[in-house]
Amino acid sequence: MAEAAESPGDPGTASPRPLFAGLSDISISQDIPIEGEITIPVRSRIRESDSSTLNESVRNTIMRDLKAVGKKFMHVLYPRKSNTLLRDWDLWGPLILCVTLALMLQRGSVDGEKDGGPQFAEVFVIVWFGAVTITLNSKLLGGNISFFQSLCVLGYCILPLTVAMLVCRLVLLAEPGPVNFMVRLFVVIVMFVWSIVASTAFLADSQPPNRKALAVYPVFLFYFVISWMILTFTPQ
Amino acid sequence: MAAADGLAFHEFEEATNLLAETPDAATTSKSDQLTPQGHVVVAVGSGGSYGVEEEVEEEGDKTALLQEEKPQPGFWTFSYYQSFFDVDTSQVLDRIKGSLLPRPGYNFVRHHLRNRPDLYATETRHIHLPWEHWARDLDCNLLTGPFWICATLAFVLAVTGNLTLVLAQRRDPSVHYSPQFHKVTVAGITIYCYAWLVPLALWGFLRWRKGVRERVGPYTFLETVCIYGYSLFIFIPTVVLWLIPVPWLQWLFGALALALSAAGLVFTLWPVVREDTRLVAAVLLSAVVVLHALLAMGCKLYFFQPLPPEHVVPPSKATALPPNILLTPTMSRSMATS
Repeated sequence: MAEAAESPGDPGTASPRPLFAGLSDISISQDIPIEGEITIPVRSRIRESDSSTLNESVRNTIMRDLKAVGKKFMHVLYPRKSNTLLRDWDLWGPLILCVTLALMLQRGSVDGEKDGGPQFAEVFVIVWFGAVTITLNSKLLGGNISFFQSLCVLGYCILPLTVAMLVCRLVLLAEPGPVNFMVRLFVVIVMFVWSIVASTAFLADSQPPNRKALAVYPVFLFYFVISWMILTFTPQ
Repeated sequence: MAAADGLAFHEFEEATNLLAETPDAATTSKSDQLTPQGHVVVAVGSGGSYGVEEEVEEEGDKTALLQEEKPQPGFWTFSYYQSFFDVDTSQVLDRIKGSLLPRPGYNFVRHHLRNRPDLYATETRHIHLPWEHWARDLDCNLLTGPFWICATLAFVLAVTGNLTLVLAQRRDPSVHYSPQFHKVTVAGITIYCYAWLVPLALWGFLRWRKGVRERVGPYTFLETVCIYGYSLFIFIPTVVLWLIPVPWLQWLFGALALALSAAGLVFTLWPVVREDTRLVAAVLLSAVVVLHALLAMGCKLYFFQPLPPEHVVPPSKATALPPNILLTPTMSRSMATS
């Protein structure tokens, strides 16, 4: 092999020879055992971290996931064009937010079933099936965002509305009246606009321009329904 | 369309070949040979490219051969459903505007849903619509419109119904206010059932009567759904206007919206039903209008009652009294179904 390799490298060779022309002349009398180690630095690092996440303490795992979720919350609260929400999607954040929202919005079970706010299951179903429907809609319209990425974005952008729910709950502790209602209305409207801005910052880029409105309108309807449920919440 | 041009060229080429081979043959024999496709030639002369486009669709099996198409995706693939959403914002807005202003002879389906620029000529041609050919369904590529119109209508109904209760409580503090979330469920189920089951029944009925008609074929199921979906759009602003607590104004808006959307439905269905017997046509159209009216009245009565039924209505509330009598059977029926 050495002869074949260095023969094209000879300067002053009149005729260019094919690269491994001399290979056929090599005869190996016995099997040459090949042994050794192939080390690729990157791969060994991943192998280390895989075994370490299995052996690490539960606290570390939870903290790492919580930090990821918290980082994404920050991205939602200050929406910039960044890919973090899309690249490392996870559905923990949407689950936490949806459960919190549904727990706060559900009506007491003592009152009559016909009147009153939504049940826990109704809020859950509206949030998750609404998100799935919007995702299907944007994918069918030809968007180039994946299914779970879109669910992740829509779920995380409920965060402003959950904050609005907390604020409304606190405001409702005060005495009722038109001022009370005005404050709640203002807070809900601001958070609704924030949710829409945050989600369109991520989702609108994935659609061709002639279909942006068709893809954004369902998002608007979705957050409008959630805002309506928050605004009409009355504690029993 | 390249296939349509290919058809035209093919025709002339064949004709010139025949002429070249038998120069002394009588012209009648050539026109006889061309008679099976004679209407194609006529269309090429009169309608220009639009006519050729229409005629290509007439020959069902030939269409598959002449148009080179990509193989139709099966219904289990995602791209099959993606083809139903192949529509732009401007197209959807166009179709909404078309549904708001129905005009006789302005066939909504043929003008907007099939992208055909000319309308009157379609009624006079001999049209066979190839039902087995799934390319037909690709023309109605706007499921996104009806679906979101129904969703919007359901939520707007629930929201404005709730707002009516709030406004009623302002005027009369004895009214008990509650969010009434169950109305969202009822609204959603009602609207979606209406927008999907009634077109299913209509489509089934039209296909059953297909044997009576030779000239104009019925619509596909998806086109019927689209017609109904877009016709429900007029109710969205009407429902918002129903917030105004003046009863005669509410009935006026309701009648106006009902007239517009029922007119749109009737004008769209008229060319399909026209060749049927008079009795069947009249019954069908009146059934469509009556169902639409029932939906409108049901929504008005159920969602816009300011007082819950268990409260005794004082006689001074003259506006609420007559509908309240009708309300109890409606409420009991809807409670039984929900």
